[in-house]
Amino acid sequence: MRGGDIGPAGVVPAQLAQLPWRIIFLVIAIGVFGLLVLYSAASGNIRPWALNQGTRFFIFLAMAIVLSRIPESFWAMGAFPLYIAVLLMLIFVELLGAVAGGSQRWLDLGFIRLQPSELMKPVIVLACARFYELLPAAEIRRFGAIWPAAVLIGLPAGLVMLQPDLGTALMITAGGITVMFLAGIPLRLFIGGALALAVSIPIIVNYVLHDYQRKRVLTFLYPESDPLGTGYHISQSKIAIGSGGWFGKGFLQGTQSHLDYLPEGHTDFALATMMEEWGFMGGLFLIVAFGMLIKWGIGVSVRSNSRFSRLTAAALSATIFYYCAINMAMVMGLAPVVGVPLPLISFGGTATMTFMICLGILMSIDRQNRKVARW
Amino acid sequence: MVRITEATQAYSFSRRALVLGGLQGGVALVLAGRMAYLSVFENERYRLLADSNRINLTLTPPRRGWIVDRNGAPLANNRTDFRVDLIPDRMQDKPKTLDALQNILGFSQEDRARIETDLKRAAGFQPVQVLENLDWERFAAVSVRLPELPGVAPTRGFARNYPLGAGVGHLVGYVGTANAEQFKKEKDPLLVTPGFKLGKDGIEKQMEDRLRGTPGAKRVEVTAHGRLVRELATRPDSPGETVKLTIDAGLQEYTARRMGDESGSVTVFDCMTGQILAMVSMPAYDPNAFSDGISRSEWKMLAEDDHIPLMNKTLQGLYPPGSTFKPATALAALGAGVDPSRVIYCNGGYQLGNRRYGCLGRHGPMTMHTAIARSCNTYFYTVGREIGINNIAAAARALGFGAEYELPLPSQRYGTIPDEAWKLRRYKQQWTQSDTLNASIGQGYVLVSPFQLALSAARLASGKLVEPSLLLEPGKNFPALPFPPEHVAIVRAGMDEVVNGHGTAGASKLQIEGVRMGGKTGTAQVRRIMDATRGQGGAWKYRDHGLFICFAPVDNPRYAASVVIEHGMGGARAAAPIAKDVLTFLFDRPQAMKRLHALEAGWGGNINQRMAARAAAWKAGQAPQPPTAAPVPEDPAEAARGVAAAASNASVEALDPDAANLKPTGPLE
Repeated sequence: MRGGDIGPAGVVPAQLAQLPWRIIFLVIAIGVFGLLVLYSAASGNIRPWALNQGTRFFIFLAMAIVLSRIPESFWAMGAFPLYIAVLLMLIFVELLGAVAGGSQRWLDLGFIRLQPSELMKPVIVLACARFYELLPAAEIRRFGAIWPAAVLIGLPAGLVMLQPDLGTALMITAGGITVMFLAGIPLRLFIGGALALAVSIPIIVNYVLHDYQRKRVLTFLYPESDPLGTGYHISQSKIAIGSGGWFGKGFLQGTQSHLDYLPEGHTDFALATMMEEWGFMGGLFLIVAFGMLIKWGIGVSVRSNSRFSRLTAAALSATIFYYCAINMAMVMGLAPVVGVPLPLISFGGTATMTFMICLGILMSIDRQNRKVARW
Repeated sequence: MVRITEATQAYSFSRRALVLGGLQGGVALVLAGRMAYLSVFENERYRLLADSNRINLTLTPPRRGWIVDRNGAPLANNRTDFRVDLIPDRMQDKPKTLDALQNILGFSQEDRARIETDLKRAAGFQPVQVLENLDWERFAAVSVRLPELPGVAPTRGFARNYPLGAGVGHLVGYVGTANAEQFKKEKDPLLVTPGFKLGKDGIEKQMEDRLRGTPGAKRVEVTAHGRLVRELATRPDSPGETVKLTIDAGLQEYTARRMGDESGSVTVFDCMTGQILAMVSMPAYDPNAFSDGISRSEWKMLAEDDHIPLMNKTLQGLYPPGSTFKPATALAALGAGVDPSRVIYCNGGYQLGNRRYGCLGRHGPMTMHTAIARSCNTYFYTVGREIGINNIAAAARALGFGAEYELPLPSQRYGTIPDEAWKLRRYKQQWTQSDTLNASIGQGYVLVSPFQLALSAARLASGKLVEPSLLLEPGKNFPALPFPPEHVAIVRAGMDEVVNGHGTAGASKLQIEGVRMGGKTGTAQVRRIMDATRGQGGAWKYRDHGLFICFAPVDNPRYAASVVIEHGMGGARAAAPIAKDVLTFLFDRPQAMKRLHALEAGWGGNINQRMAARAAAWKAGQAPQPPTAAPVPEDPAEAARGVAAAASNASVEALDPDAANLKPTGPLE
């Protein structure tokens, strides 16, 4: 799918006409649907969530459009400085938490509580892509192609695990590894890595994870072991989704969400709130919509000319995919509850911002591609 | 090693991007599949789960059906009961709320511990009972403070009420909360609904299905935090059926009161219809107290009483019938061809081999008529030995002994009508002549229940194979007894003579114009030891039992009854006077009441007053001791049956047949 080229030249300013409008409309469609869900989650009120979220959605969408005007070369040049800046912020919140006696994940910037760990999700992709762009092609099968990337990923992932935030740490790691995979690191390393991971999961669960995380993993494996604790989230979420049927109970008619049986119905479990009222068709709409978006992102990557933009575009699309897939799997009882929101649907400024940054960079690369094509 | 260039790298990238895209598409399919599985294929299941989340069903216990007497007077009905329950999900600060309730209601720490355990076990909206049977003041005190007591639900329900109290205890039974076993068996949430009680004994237990009714229900939509959103539907309860008994409430109450402090049993039949007009076992527990749940000390008092108030003696007590068995022997003799006018000379006893079987007197020449009237043992030893035990046993069974009857009451005992085959089976011994002599005067192995005695009286009086009934149903026609009517008439004439001629119960003649009572006295020995008092004095528990069977009017029998007074020292002395007053009540109430009032004045009040006095005296006697750890059994009915069984076994033990052999000159009339 190719975006843009809607307005006839001359009527609409060239800069506007150049925007990938199909993608922007797709994102607006998902976002507005998300606002409807939040409106219903508040029992038919725009407060406290829909209005707030709507404002942020359009502000961040505007920001994404602004980002799309930034030339690709800026992202390549700025990748490492951005990475170092966000890493410093991560260390800073960690220290802040240590001083305040407790764990803290965010910096209060007044208008938004900024989570540096969220910013790290696109930035890790930029940094890894930049690293592999700089790496001479012949080096890719050497050890020198692996350890710097592993350090790039390991530092922020480790810091985020300390917070402790398993979901975000997983997403950062996944984003970075996706770049490594696409960059051409030998396949046997991924297969070996996957095997090593399978072996080490029990060790991680037992020694690395925090109690509440371990409990969530165990509850995921044996939901009936804790029907009133963490398992309650999963089982109530499945009841909400399952009771929706083909077309759902109707807008504002959900009982699981409105009568508070569904916990976190406006944040991590917003998909369940949505599917209770919109049914299987609502869920399918989201999968198709996000699928089109991700397919566009991969298309952008394939059409790119530079190694940096190819890796970045594909890995950012994958990041959006991870968001959606992990959240949906978690809400439907296919994955442990790790606290990953559904972008554009779940209430929360940070996830929207991360998503819009990814979108902005993707649109920026797309613009570059078309410029090159025109030349 | 292959040289890696920019170009090969680009190629490798597009391949890997394709793989990544493919994997993502695959995951998307799995997610869509999962969505479809949950919301389409499992839809029905999850919709039910969602409904069971939001819809809360509260049961209201049905009003229990009444138990009424033959005229519609209530034996068991319902009274308004003020109760306070807790709804666990609506409570905010449990300890604080309990503190406040304890202040207002003043319940004990023991109660509080019970409530806390129940609260822990209760799920969501299942109410937990705090207290029932509250007086209006305390109920109102909770009601006005409701705003500060979230989760507290004062409820107006119904509690069982027995207007006749102890007078109907064993007959009607009592109700109580379901125990864990019953809940496991029925799985009905109604059983654990506060305020619901089910029958634990007597009619209440046996007629449970008809009495229970259908619970009402309230369906409400609630949030996860228990806030009520709206009421969806309310279904009123439908009360249980009324069960109408053949009992005459007035007669039942009179009989219970007339028995005074004696331990024993009275059963009155309508001998034409087989309907039971009164069935009293005394002393009895007060079913009102049992239904409210009795305290440890109340229970201990009842369990330790040597008059065994926990046992329904009418059906579960077994006694040697003594001379009240002689009509059966007489009918057997007539059937075997003994001439009723034949004269047998009584010289004060009967010689069998080297052993002498005594009579109470030297009656001289006896016919069947005079032998029944004066209860001559020699006469019955003689004919009994001539006709043999099997004839006697057959006649006894025809009169209703040795059998169980279809009654809506939990348990009956057959008793024993011995014969040759029975002894061989039971003791692996041959029947002896000595056994026959003992059996022919209702001693030895013979054991009957007071209920069977009354039935035998009804059959003798009507000449029909009367079957007993306790539930009021259209009358049945019974076939005639397997004895020629003239034989039965001879026995009845003898029983007429007992009361109205030269008989053993002359003192108990009815004082009613034109109505005569026929009867037969009996005295059953309790103990083998022949001490100086011969069962006529000494310690209460070693005295003889007094028995009496009767019917009236003699000319056209309508009523039949049996009276058994444990350790009453003789039928004529203890049992016949009670029978006289009870039958008088049926024909002339004022006369009967007058006599009762005179007696009660001497005893120290009516049943309730005397029970209260006894309880107070018992408590005073217990006071110095610390309360013992004898626990209240969870189900008093079960425990009571245990007590009753132990008691019966004891009495059978005491009546070991050897007793009669060791003591050939029994205290027989």
